[in-house]
Amino acid sequence: MDGLGAIWTVMSLSLKVVAWATAIDLVLGVSVGYALARFRFPGRDLLDTILTLPMVMPPTVLGYYLLILIGRKGPIGAWLMDHFGINLIFTWQGAVIAAALVAFPLVFKPARAAFENVDKQLEQAARVLGISEIGVFFRVTLPLAWRGILAGLLLAFARALGEFGATLMVAGSIPGKTQTLSISVYEAVQAGQDQLANILVLITSLVCISVLLSANWLAPGRIANR
Amino acid sequence: MLLEINIDKTMRSPKRSFHLQIGIVSDSNRIVIYGPSGSGKSLTLKAVAGLITPDSGRIFVDGATLFDSAAKINLKPQARQLAYLFQDYALFPHLTVRQNIAFGAVRGCLNPRSNEKNEAVDYWLDAFRLTPIAHQYPDEISGGQRQRTALARALIVKPRALLLDEPFSALDPVLRTRMRRELDELQLRLVVPIILITHDPEDVRVFGDHVICFNEGRIHDKAGSWDSVEEEALPTA
Repeated sequence: MDGLGAIWTVMSLSLKVVAWATAIDLVLGVSVGYALARFRFPGRDLLDTILTLPMVMPPTVLGYYLLILIGRKGPIGAWLMDHFGINLIFTWQGAVIAAALVAFPLVFKPARAAFENVDKQLEQAARVLGISEIGVFFRVTLPLAWRGILAGLLLAFARALGEFGATLMVAGSIPGKTQTLSISVYEAVQAGQDQLANILVLITSLVCISVLLSANWLAPGRIANR
Repeated sequence: MLLEINIDKTMRSPKRSFHLQIGIVSDSNRIVIYGPSGSGKSLTLKAVAGLITPDSGRIFVDGATLFDSAAKINLKPQARQLAYLFQDYALFPHLTVRQNIAFGAVRGCLNPRSNEKNEAVDYWLDAFRLTPIAHQYPDEISGGQRQRTALARALIVKPRALLLDEPFSALDPVLRTRMRRELDELQLRLVVPIILITHDPEDVRVFGDHVICFNEGRIHDKAGSWDSVEEEALPTA
């Protein structure tokens, strides 16, 4: 590993993993957040609790669960292998799944709160005016909730970037293939490459600070919702 | 307008239960439902608009069956072609006055653009003297302007009837008198049937061609003659 080339490899891989993880969390988090906010169904509280678990469980434990599920002998992993010949373990796609899982509560929780804060009467007004349910969602509900959703998404982005434990369990640390930013920091320190570690730490810190500042700026009530 | 509402609805919560059981038949264009809060007025209006579903019964407005539990008919609010003026107007806070008015006139998944050309929107902006504030947001305009915006938004879709939920209660007394007069003139000009719910006797005096008194989910006075029921509540004019 030397100089800029190594840093660039690590950065682009991390960016790819984090972008995919955030995109997956956006789609799933908004859907699940909306469902939890608007529909009453048996087991709703239990589902919320289970989906919040990644926030409090050690990432290594999550990684272990993932290995059991998507590993070659796991129910999902074996199915993927048999039907599509796909293996997720020790691949960057595996790292995406690990990062998406760990960051998921940071998206669906704020999304649920944002949807719950949307005045139901505004949706009713739109319905009486003849707008279809899909139209109501995209024209009233989402525009009024997007601020909270985006704030959660930024936090998820930062969390996914910092993901270490679960990623290491599922994807390992293969340079150029699955060695993400936070894992590279660990490897650099282990190998005594202090300069590389310094640069990676600096980059990570700057990214996280700017993301948190943006998330704060988006916090509800800061500026009028439009 | 021929109106028939015959519905039953029981609302249960751990602390209390409320039973609404009413039957209204009217051919008046100005119907006022009068009663104290908690008497089931809002529930009835919401049932007509399709925002709640009665347990059983029938709702018939101007030649159309909106709800009939026996025939398993329950039109979605979107299909009822009614207009609903909410008590606090329920204007969309993320849209300008112009976009709010254009809202029901533009279908699909995208909101009307702020400069979208639309003759009907121009007409209503002008008719309600809203043109100067067309590009302002609901939180930047006065209470009277907000109500006129909500009325324009409701009327642009050419509804079968206009449902009004305590339309003047959010206004100060001076404005209330003026807006009441405006709505009175508007109704006479457009000949749009209105169903208005209120606990303000003055609303009853101005709009109550046919008055229905509610109390605890029942109709208090089937004859619909105002004077015989609540003389003490209504200041003698």
